[in-house]
Amino acid sequence: MMGGITGVPDTIIELALTTMALALVLAFVRLVRGPSLMDRVTSLELIASLVAGIVALYAIGTDDPAIIDVAIALALVAFIGAVAFARYAELRERP
Amino acid sequence: MTDWPATIAVVLGVTLCMLSAVGVLRMPDVYIRLQVASKASSLGIALLMLGVALHFGELSVTIRALLVVVFLFLTAPVTAHVIGRAAYLTGTPLAPGTSPDELAGAYDPETGRLAGLGGRPGAPAAVGDGAEAPTEGDVGAEAIAEGDARDP
Repeated sequence: MMGGITGVPDTIIELALTTMALALVLAFVRLVRGPSLMDRVTSLELIASLVAGIVALYAIGTDDPAIIDVAIALALVAFIGAVAFARYAELRERP
Repeated sequence: MTDWPATIAVVLGVTLCMLSAVGVLRMPDVYIRLQVASKASSLGIALLMLGVALHFGELSVTIRALLVVVFLFLTAPVTAHVIGRAAYLTGTPLAPGTSPDELAGAYDPETGRLAGLGGRPGAPAAVGDGAEAPTEGDVGAEAIAEGDARDP
């Protein structure tokens, strides 16, 4: 928070981070409750997207553009993870 | 002085992300949850990245934000398709109000490939071997290769 002469107001960033944390809690409730494995994979995918959004908000809040690279890596890893999960869940049904 | 375009983009993006989380918690069925999670969250992240690009206003940051959005828009449909297909093939139950289930009986339970579309008139009798799985694999590999190629 670099004094805030121009840019997005700090209050907005704080409120946005709080909302994203609440969204993470909701996605986590779905991750715990399931009921099926694919519900959990969906929820993990959403959590990865939400964390990428939080990284973006944090980059705005701290005025540090280097953090955006974290979001790129996160999006890559989440995609590969979800596809692998789905593939193995599908193969498990057919020996 | 407030940077209004970036602020509006951030607020809209966060709202969409929150709606997507509420939808994933509240929707009745894994397939409906899947479409809420993939569409709302990818648009939400796209708006947040637009906010980042507007806030910094530098070319290098804009390109990186654009990279995230392009990659997300390439992979979100693939992920949703793969997860939905795996859910259907592993027998995840549909919501009670779903009617009709047009895929009922269309998949061969042994191979997991489309083996004809039930009794629907005018439906193709059978899709050739390897028409489903390799296509899906190719799309995934292409998206990964493209994402890697554009990674700075």
